[in-house]
Amino acid sequence: MERLETLLRGAFPEATDLRVVDRTGTGDHFHVLVKDVRFDGLSLVDQHKLVYAALDEPLKDGTIHELRITTKGS
Amino acid sequence: MSELKDKIQDVIDSEPVALFMKGTPDLVMCGNSQRAIDALRGAGAPITAVNVLPDPEIRQELSAISGWPTIPQVFIKGELVGGADIAEELAASGELEEKLSEKLGPDYRGRAVQKVEALT
Repeated sequence: MERLETLLRGAFPEATDLRVVDRTGTGDHFHVLVKDVRFDGLSLVDQHKLVYAALDEPLKDGTIHELRITTKGS
Repeated sequence: MSELKDKIQDVIDSEPVALFMKGTPDLVMCGNSQRAIDALRGAGAPITAVNVLPDPEIRQELSAISGWPTIPQVFIKGELVGGADIAEELAASGELEEKLSEKLGPDYRGRAVQKVEALT
């Protein structure tokens, strides 16, 4: 969970809200919420793609089994 | 281009609503795929479902095409709409119905069939 937060902080240093929730308490089903001015004007698809890019490593190595994403602009 | 990639691209381009999912609508194998189906059904969408589980290559080729790493993936008239979260979000706000109406025509509900496409 801390690793995910660190990766997201690195990718969204200006985020005004950034949360990682371990949905099941098992460290593999996460809900991440990011509020960042960077999302303004982007489609939801492009917003979520930015989050996926930030979490590429834990997605690929199997740390993240399931990921829910909520993004918000400013 | 591989034959499988062509088949995937063909489903994306030719089906009104393509849903790449784990399992089939009658036997869903993943909670997120269920969420996407529920959102689409709620909006009265026609659904052409493709099960990605029979062959891992389907998922690899699909993600290479769409740039989207996870399953499910929803396409309307060839355009990636998103995964389960976006489908749910758009369904809740009414934008999913708007998009379906805009892309498929206002009478899209009347043609809301559900089918399963096998790629392998």
